[in-house]
Amino acid sequence: MENIDIVSALSRWIHFMAGIMWIGLLYYFNFVQVAALKNAGADGTAAGITKHVAPRALLFFRWAAVLTWISGAALLGPYFMDAFLLRNGMGPIGIGAWLGTIMLFNVWVLIWPNQKKILGMVSASDDEKSKARRVAFLASRTNTMLSIPMLFFMATGMSHSALFSL
Amino acid sequence: MKNPLDSLWGTVISGVVLTVVLYVFAKNFLG
Repeated sequence: MENIDIVSALSRWIHFMAGIMWIGLLYYFNFVQVAALKNAGADGTAAGITKHVAPRALLFFRWAAVLTWISGAALLGPYFMDAFLLRNGMGPIGIGAWLGTIMLFNVWVLIWPNQKKILGMVSASDDEKSKARRVAFLASRTNTMLSIPMLFFMATGMSHSALFSL
Repeated sequence: MKNPLDSLWGTVISGVVLTVVLYVFAKNFLG
């Protein structure tokens, strides 16, 4: 096995594991935690989630996002520029890479700073918390929406060229 | 108009529609 094959295989392996961690937690937040917090707020048990579950989930969520992007970039290797410039047959996987990059931006610029306000990790007024809640919610929902085409292009972009007549 | 991202079904349907739009774009305009 050539060295480049080992790098590629390891990158793909790490990309899959980190990606499952990232998107799995994203789906947990959107499909489970949002609704659970609504119910927990009604019977006064929300603190169990906001104090013990959400901070830990957010820790793995945001760093898995970074690791997914870095291993994805390593996997693209010499094709990195072709993918992001959507050229030389790398367009479909490039769309997936762009969607993943936008999602990483949303995690670190919109979701995490606002979650810190919501969870009381940084001080914020009630008004600021209310705004932060809406921004973080919409950014998280946007990422859930973007994950659908992102996973389509990640799954098909490199290996199913016929689908794109390439 | 309601924001489709406020509901889970709206989010999933928006994602599927975006997938179709990007697929048509990729198939017809990317080399």
